[in-house]
Amino acid sequence: MADKPLTVAVLSGKGGTGKTLVSVNLAAAAGDAVYLDCDVEEPNGHLFFKPEAAQEETVTVKTPEFDATLCTGCRKCVEFCAFHALAFTGGRPMLFDEVCHSCGGCALLCPVDAIRETDKAVGTVSFGISDCVNVFTGRLNIGEASGIPVIKRLLSKISNSGNRTVFIDCPPGSACTVMESIQDADFCVLVAEPTVFGAHNLAMVYELVSLFHKPFGAVLNKCQAGENPSETFCREHRIPILGRIPFDSALGALNSEGKIAVRENQHYRKLFSSLLEQIGKEALYEAASDSQR
Amino acid sequence: MKQLLILSGKGGTGKTTVAGAFIYLSKAKAYADCDVDAPNLHLISHPSCPPQRADYFGMPKAWIDSNKCIGCGTCLSHCRFDAIEAGTPFRVKPFACEGCGVCVAVCPASAVSMEPAVAGELSLYRDDTRVFSTAKLAMGSGTSGKLVTEVKKRMISAAENAELSVVDGSPGIGCPVIASISGVDMVLIVAEPSLSGISDMARIVKTAETFRTKTVVCVNKADVNPDKTEEIRAFCRAKQLPFAGAIPFDAEAVKAVNSGKSIAELDIPSGRAVRNVYAEVMTLL
Repeated sequence: MADKPLTVAVLSGKGGTGKTLVSVNLAAAAGDAVYLDCDVEEPNGHLFFKPEAAQEETVTVKTPEFDATLCTGCRKCVEFCAFHALAFTGGRPMLFDEVCHSCGGCALLCPVDAIRETDKAVGTVSFGISDCVNVFTGRLNIGEASGIPVIKRLLSKISNSGNRTVFIDCPPGSACTVMESIQDADFCVLVAEPTVFGAHNLAMVYELVSLFHKPFGAVLNKCQAGENPSETFCREHRIPILGRIPFDSALGALNSEGKIAVRENQHYRKLFSSLLEQIGKEALYEAASDSQR
Repeated sequence: MKQLLILSGKGGTGKTTVAGAFIYLSKAKAYADCDVDAPNLHLISHPSCPPQRADYFGMPKAWIDSNKCIGCGTCLSHCRFDAIEAGTPFRVKPFACEGCGVCVAVCPASAVSMEPAVAGELSLYRDDTRVFSTAKLAMGSGTSGKLVTEVKKRMISAAENAELSVVDGSPGIGCPVIASISGVDMVLIVAEPSLSGISDMARIVKTAETFRTKTVVCVNKADVNPDKTEEIRAFCRAKQLPFAGAIPFDAEAVKAVNSGKSIAELDIPSGRAVRNVYAEVMTLL
C-alpha cells in the first residue's frame, strides 16, 4: 500500500447516474490528482477538464498478415482461431480483423511461418493537465469492438502517479471492461440514482465489487423527496453511504455546460471535499482491517 | 418484421424509458432488451408469465490439470491476456481468460484443456399476444456481442409474424452495440442536451453510419439546457438526420418508472411529448 498511491474507482451499473460528475469533481477537489477516463467508448471527462498541452499516443493490437507466397493453404490457422476471425476462401486464409482478439495463435501454429503480426491502431490515450489534475483520456476508435487494450494502457499510468490520488472513471455496466478497470483499485465508489433502474443496476455492481473483494461505498445522486430504491438497497445490504448529492438544477446546468462544479462554486467544493474525506476514511479503515486479517 | 433499435451512446439519457413508451404505444408483438450488461426493460414491461430460461455459453475457458502440469511456464509466456498465474501448479484466472486456446496448443505436457463456461442467462417471455426476449450477462464476463445476437435471434424466431419489434440497446459504441445494430431497419437515438450527451451522440451517429443504418434523433430532458437542445437540432440538420422531437424533463417520469409504469400511459408532460415522438418515428419507419 505504502509505495502505491490511493486508487479510487468510480463505477455504476447504469449509465448516466453521475459517474463522471462524481469522479471529475472528486479529482478536482483533491487538487493534486490523476484522473483516468476508462469509459473509452464514450469518454467525457476531458470535456470538463479541457486539459492543456494534450499529448496523444496510439494504442495498437497485433493482427496477423499472411504471406501468400509461403502459405500452403493447410488451414491450421483457420481451424485454430476460436473467435472465427479467419475464413478460408480461394485456397487462402482471410482475416476479419474486427473479431480478432490478437491472441497470436495463428502465427504461432503456422508450420511454414507465413504469418507475421503487425500493429493495428484501435484507439488512443491522451494526456494533459487541468489546474493540478493530470488527465488521461482513453478513446476507442469507432467500429472497434473491444476497449480492453485502451483501458490496459490507461491503467499502466497509475504506477507513474507518485503519491497523487488516482481516480478511475469506469465504463457503465458490469462486463469485462469494468472488471479490468477496477482491478488495480483500492476502493470503489458506486454511484446510484433514485430509481428502480438505478437500484437494479446498483445490485449488479455490488455483486461485482463483492466478487473481487474490493472495499466500497455508495454515493446517492439526484436525491429528491420521495422514495429512493437505491437507498433502500444500501440499507438492506449494509452498504456504507459515503454521501448524498441532491437533485439540483443548478448543478445540472453547470454539468450540462461541461463545467466542473467544485471549481465554480464553494458550496459544491465543500460537498465533494467532504465526500473525498469520507472515502479516505473508509479506504484507510479497510486497509487497516485488511492487514489485521 | 420492421426492427426499431433505440440507442443513446451515453447512458442514462432515457433510452429504456422511451423504449418502454414505444412498446406500450405500438403494442409491439415483439420486443427485446439488448442491454445485457445492465438490463432494465423487464422492470417496466411486466411479462405475465414465467420465462423460458437458457444458459448462455460464451467462449470456453482454459483449465490446467494439476496432476499433469510440470510447471514449465510455457503457457504463461504465450498468453496475451495475462490469464495464467504462476505457482505449483500453474492456474488460469477465469475472468482474464478469453478462450483463445493458445495455452492448450503450446503445453508440452498436455495439461491444459478448454472447458465450457456459462457466461450469462437468456430469458424468453411469451404469452398469446407478445414475445419479450432479454438476457443477463454473468458478472465480469466478456463476449456480450454474441449474447446480444442470441437475444435478437430468440425474439425473431419466437415472433416471426410480428410487424414491428422494438429493441432497447446498450450504451456505448462497442461490441454489444455493433451486434444490436446488425439487421435493424432504423435506429432511434435518445440524446441528452449536455456537452457529454452531444459528444456521445456524435460517436453513436458515426457508428450507425458505418453500418448504413437509417438514423433519427430525439432529445430527452430537452428543457434542462435549451441551447444544447438547439445544438442537437442543428447537428441533425447538418447531418440530414430527421429530428423526431423533444421530451421535457419531468419529475413525474421518475415516479412513473418507480411505480413500474410507462410514461406513455399517463397524462404527464413527458408522456404527451413521447407520444408525439412516437407518431413522428412511425411515419419515418
